[in-house]
Amino acid sequence: MSESTEASAAESDTPATEDDAATAAPDTRSAIEGKGPATVGEIDPEAESDVERAARETPPGRPLRVDDLRKEFGGLTAVDGASFDVEEGSLTGLIGPNGAGKSTTFNCITGVHTPTSGSVHLYNEEITGLRPHEIADRGLVRTFQIARELGDMTVLENMLLAPKAQRGEALWRSVLPGARQSVRAQERELRERAWETLEFFEIDHLAEEYAGNLSGGQRKLLEMARALLTDPEVVLLDEPLAGVNPTLEEKLLDRIHELRKQGYTFLLVEHDMDVIMDNCERIIVMHRGRVLADDAPAAIKENEEVIEAYLGANV
Amino acid sequence: MSTTDRLTGRLNNDAVLIVGVVLALYALFVVFGVLIGLDADGIVSTLRRLTFLTAVYALLALALNLQWGYTGLFNIGVAGFMAVGAYTMAMLTAPVDPGAGGVPGLGLPLWVGIVGGMVAAGLVGGLTALPALRLRADYLAIVTLALSEIIRLTYNSTTFQRFSVAGAELGTGGASGIPGPVNPVSTVYYTDPASPASPPTALGGAIFDFFGGFGLENTTVIGWTYTLVLVVFVGLFYFLLTRVGNSPFGRVLKAIREDELVASSLGKNTQWFKIKTFVLGCALMGLAGILWQGSQSLITPALFLPIVTFYVFVALIIGGSGSNTGSVIGGGLFAGLLFLGPTFVGRIVDASFDLGGAPSTFTDAAATLGSLDAAPLLAYSLDRVSTLRFVLLGIVLVYLMQRRPEGLLGYRKEPAAAVDLSRRDAPEGGGGPAATDGGERR
Repeated sequence: MSESTEASAAESDTPATEDDAATAAPDTRSAIEGKGPATVGEIDPEAESDVERAARETPPGRPLRVDDLRKEFGGLTAVDGASFDVEEGSLTGLIGPNGAGKSTTFNCITGVHTPTSGSVHLYNEEITGLRPHEIADRGLVRTFQIARELGDMTVLENMLLAPKAQRGEALWRSVLPGARQSVRAQERELRERAWETLEFFEIDHLAEEYAGNLSGGQRKLLEMARALLTDPEVVLLDEPLAGVNPTLEEKLLDRIHELRKQGYTFLLVEHDMDVIMDNCERIIVMHRGRVLADDAPAAIKENEEVIEAYLGANV
Repeated sequence: MSTTDRLTGRLNNDAVLIVGVVLALYALFVVFGVLIGLDADGIVSTLRRLTFLTAVYALLALALNLQWGYTGLFNIGVAGFMAVGAYTMAMLTAPVDPGAGGVPGLGLPLWVGIVGGMVAAGLVGGLTALPALRLRADYLAIVTLALSEIIRLTYNSTTFQRFSVAGAELGTGGASGIPGPVNPVSTVYYTDPASPASPPTALGGAIFDFFGGFGLENTTVIGWTYTLVLVVFVGLFYFLLTRVGNSPFGRVLKAIREDELVASSLGKNTQWFKIKTFVLGCALMGLAGILWQGSQSLITPALFLPIVTFYVFVALIIGGSGSNTGSVIGGGLFAGLLFLGPTFVGRIVDASFDLGGAPSTFTDAAATLGSLDAAPLLAYSLDRVSTLRFVLLGIVLVYLMQRRPEGLLGYRKEPAAAVDLSRRDAPEGGGGPAATDGGERR
């Protein structure tokens, strides 16, 4: 466990160049896969389905892949056969008019909803229908459209909740006198990382404040900082800039770009077209539950269908 | 300030707070005792009863605080889990051959009975938790309340009054109850622990003589000894639950209370955490049931009515849910001011003023009001002071919900971590990780 903590600590500490990132990311991954809980989803090679074989053959560098995803709520089809993938170390935008199925897609990927059909793969492992905590354990973490800070806990408590495989999460270790020493040692390590991450997001002056007392923008920062402490590979950001003032928005985007360079992969839902066009290398446009277009920003701007469906008079 | 300084500082403050509240209650009840005209033994046994009730309500409030205060699991079946603990203990330890009219048991040693009672309460809690924790909070409440009544009615039923499992005879005693085991505290005092008529042991005799010099009865001395055992258990519960709370485990529990989806989105298996917490809390409630009702000479289903659960909730709400110190203080304030207090006030008024005989109906009591004579009404009210207790409880709760919904200590910042979070070990800017991040600041 401590390996992965150290590996990722090293990763987020050094303002890594692109080359570093390419080597650093797989290291972290192997460290995480070597851990206990990952065995839950291990694939028996004999029982491999076509989908799984296809998944294994996809070139690496596509950590997240969604295939023909469908989600129906009663008679309403919120997501209607959406397929897309996300490139490693990229910042990919997901846009679409209200009701296009973006949030439902997010919820299906992260296990909040079980998709009606279709599949989601994370690094060639099928994660369709797993529970949210199992998916987070495998390195895919999300933030929420409306920041869900834990209001009656301090910012530091919020942060320390996130790290995976904490020794003290076992009840007996928290209680037994001998074992508690190791819990305390790990807590000190994690405390240090939490402070560093808070500094990175420049909210360390709020560390001992109750999270419920933070402003809307600060909550968004806290949520992202907290998500990063889980050592994720892929981060899904659901409207991270909604309700954030322009100065803070700039700061948040800077952070996202920096983290992307360090090898994190981001999928971003956002309504502000300028932000999406200026910051994402690739944009996926959803409309009525389907993927309408999937291209570079320049091409998206030219795409007639997209303009008609969504951008309208804005461009 | 170092970590240990801060922690011990807080612990000391809390100890002072608890001792202060208890001493204040003692002072109040000594005054009550003097006003009623009790002798030394009467006052000391009054204090014993106060301490006993404080201790048992503190034990239960602490266990409930783990479930409700920390994790937000709304368990209103406390009495049921107490019953499982106490009954299992009694059934395991009752003599195999009880004689005519007795209730047979398995005749196991007391410690097996106590551990068995805790395990049984924990298991019943686990079985409830498996399906019920998938439900929303209010449904868990309904399920636990129903379960606690099912448990009580099962122990009340004649079907299980006597039955045999795999050749062993045992029973619940039905509505007439099952005798509790001989209190192990008596072994210190009597050569035959089961009989107070037997000659005292050497140590017991010496202690009796010493306290007898202050006018104390032997039963008061024995009662106090057992009460002190309960106080030690309150300390153990407090220690255990504070450790559980101040740990990564406790942090996840708090997160589940605040927003379960966040906890699971950060990779925490919230179901499993909730089940573990529920089982631990129920096992502790089982132990509290053993220590309280199991120490009585007779354990009957009527001791485990849902009102007991309600009392425990009142104690926890007064003290402040989410705080272990608050749970103990809440137990004391409930036992002293709300539970025992009204009866004592009634007795004082009764002893100080001659109100004449209490009328038997409210109409009789109110009849004299026309001639401006309120004495019969007052006497009538005092005669029913234990019923008036509910009115008082209601007023206190309404006032508290309006003025201080978080209880006396529920507002306190008690970060859930095994170390002091505000402190940092690494030197700032002195190479290593902190420096690189510092460099990124603009």
